[in-house]
Amino acid sequence: MGAECKCNCDQEKKLDALFAQYKGNSNGLIVVMAAIQEVHGYLPKDFLVKTAEELGVPLSDVYGVATFYAAFSLRPRGRHCVNLCLGTACYVKGAPDVQTILEQEMGIKAGNTTEDRRFSLDLVRCLGACGIAPVLTVNGEVYPRMTAEKVNEILAKYE
Amino acid sequence: MNFAELELLRATAKESIKLRLGEEPSDNFKYHVLVCGGTGCLSIGCQNTLDAFQKAVDSHGLQDSVKVVVTGCMGTCEMGPVITVFPEGYYYCRVQPEDAEEIVSSHLKNGKFVERLCYHAADGSVQARKSDMTFFKKQKRNALRNCGLISQTSLEEYIAMDGYKALAKVLQGMSPQQVVDEVKKSGLRGRGGAGFPTGVKWQFVLDQQADQKYIVCNGDEGDPGAFMDRSVLEDDPYSVIEAMTIGGYAVGASKGFAYIRLEYPRAIDHYNKALCRAREVGLLGNNILGTDFSFDIEIRVGAGAFVCGEETALLASIEGRRGEPRPRPPFPAVSGLFAKPTVINNVESWANICPIIINGGDWYASMGTEKSKGTKVFTLAGKITNTGLVEIPLGLTLREMVEDIGGGVPDGKAFKAAQTGGPSGGCIPAAYLDTPIDYENLAALGSIVGSGGMIIVDEGTCMVDLAKFYLGFTQDESCGKCTPCRIGTKRMLEILERITKGLGKEGDLELLVELANSIKASALCGLGQTAPNPILSTLRYFKDEFEAHIKDKNCPAGVCKMPRKGLKS
Ligand SMILES: Cc1cc2nc3c(=O)[nH]c(=O)nc-3n(C[C@H](O)[C@H](O)[C@H](O)COP(=O)(O)O)c2cc1C
Ligand code: SF4
Ligand code: FES
Repeated sequence: MGAECKCNCDQEKKLDALFAQYKGNSNGLIVVMAAIQEVHGYLPKDFLVKTAEELGVPLSDVYGVATFYAAFSLRPRGRHCVNLCLGTACYVKGAPDVQTILEQEMGIKAGNTTEDRRFSLDLVRCLGACGIAPVLTVNGEVYPRMTAEKVNEILAKYE
Repeated sequence: MNFAELELLRATAKESIKLRLGEEPSDNFKYHVLVCGGTGCLSIGCQNTLDAFQKAVDSHGLQDSVKVVVTGCMGTCEMGPVITVFPEGYYYCRVQPEDAEEIVSSHLKNGKFVERLCYHAADGSVQARKSDMTFFKKQKRNALRNCGLISQTSLEEYIAMDGYKALAKVLQGMSPQQVVDEVKKSGLRGRGGAGFPTGVKWQFVLDQQADQKYIVCNGDEGDPGAFMDRSVLEDDPYSVIEAMTIGGYAVGASKGFAYIRLEYPRAIDHYNKALCRAREVGLLGNNILGTDFSFDIEIRVGAGAFVCGEETALLASIEGRRGEPRPRPPFPAVSGLFAKPTVINNVESWANICPIIINGGDWYASMGTEKSKGTKVFTLAGKITNTGLVEIPLGLTLREMVEDIGGGVPDGKAFKAAQTGGPSGGCIPAAYLDTPIDYENLAALGSIVGSGGMIIVDEGTCMVDLAKFYLGFTQDESCGKCTPCRIGTKRMLEILERITKGLGKEGDLELLVELANSIKASALCGLGQTAPNPILSTLRYFKDEFEAHIKDKNCPAGVCKMPRKGLKS
């Protein structure tokens, strides 16, 4: 009996529609930038300039917002986004050990992307799944009760 | 939809869920099998269990007498995937796909429940039905009343559970002032952390003269370790939508915003679906239920900044700016979103509104303690047997929470402390287990109720390391606008990092306390003002652990990596 949403979710079109909807309106800044991030996986420079022009916001403000929020990235991300939860529940149940292994396996520190752009590794603060801590997500898929031993098995699934 | 149509829909919808409420149904179903589809259970594989179940039901030809429903979180995340079988409410835990056949053939076909899959308490006793389980016995569910009982985005099932009864009551005969009075009478205090009386806040906004006012729902839920708002938004989105609509009527606002954090994609999805549906049937938008009251809601998705949970930062973020807090006054009630009077409440606060309107403020105020009325949701997590979502009348003791509901600390380890209130809160050691949980008592102990996160730690947790974790969190999330928070917390963190590496010095603790007090006194917003709390409270109860690190270069819990004794730094 779940209700079907009738909104148009086509991404590129959505972007254009958003530019039109918020033309000259700075209130739409985050909404527009979130859509760009979603479609392109990061905020390409051209789009930041376009956003500034369309919404009538100084480019410095666009940059200010881009660097304030963790969801925005100015550089391209990896093909697979690995998010390790370092919220309290995950922390006390051993997430730091998982972090060590992940960084070792990928050869990067958290917050970075591997050379071959296979993985981006980020630390997040609580995914709201504390009951099954420690938690890891890959491209949004949730992996519960992580241990250092399970890391390789999971990473191998993503090319 | 008008009032009569709503009641008609309620009457038919109610028939289809009667069996779950212990009433005699008029349809042919003998059993309702509820499969938990909450985030916890989903990730442990409840989809496979569900598929296997559906298949088993079909292969036994029971599809006409057994209804399989996917619901939201039932609260027992540790035991997932969870299945409840009504009418009796048998509660099956950790149900694997291969268990489905047995449940169907034994229970659904021959009426014999499967004891092996029921909840087994620590003493080995079997608690087969929900009503037998100590986890549920001491709970009282208001905000979570529908979670785990109805299909997540079904408007019909929501309406069957008295959904939109409160809005109908309000629109059919209550003045805005009467609505505000009822909320005041309930004694409901904001569940987002600060605990400010909700009715008083609504009165401020009602009293303002303005051409436009706004309603905002704070669904940023940043406290790491708290996930009640997620559950309400995912599993019972209409309860928040209906309540915000009532709020709009009460204070004279025609527009609302729900700010939901990016990390909760399913909450955004479900809430959005519910919005579309409510709009479609005339429960949102112009002329709600055929009256001349109009109200609509827009979703705004957070962009990953903890500080945006702070109300002024959240409003800045909705306006498309950096989420930096600003000094108050003016409070949002006077000058909020787009400089208009604004009611901003937390998701769980909203979820309490409809029952208060239906049953009256006095009813709500009859639960809880003298100054802390009603029920509060806590998230039990960390080193505890039954992790999950728990809603209790305020005033239950910490011991009842940890031992009866939580089932104690696992692996034979000893309880060390409960950390409440997240990065703004503090810890409560074993000596205070018999304290009744309410706003006043926790504050007196140097902690807070906060948003309701409760992390249990055992003897294997180093309290200094935990304090460092929280400070690392706030330091990371500090927006950088004011100096005490930006630089002060950094200096405190550096000291703690030294201490946990065995490089602590005489005088470090005094310096920590001095820094803590000046940050508390001078930071601009709640983030900075409360950031030192975890350190101060840990110092209050576990000073010996700090001293062991500094003087003996020893971490009693064995967590911090200390240099070998005798080495000079
Ligand atoms: C740093 C900081 C973070 C906060 N995070 C949240 C949050 O995630 N959710 C929330 O409802 N309130 C949060 N608050 C509290 C809000 O500022 C505000 O008090 C609350 O939304 C009011 O709603 P209530 O009265 O219903 O609790 C936070 C406050 C501070 C200082
Ligand atoms: S206290 Fe911290 S988070 Fe709050 S305004 Fe100041 S720097 Fe920003
Ligand atoms: S602390 Fe990791 S999911 Fe909540």
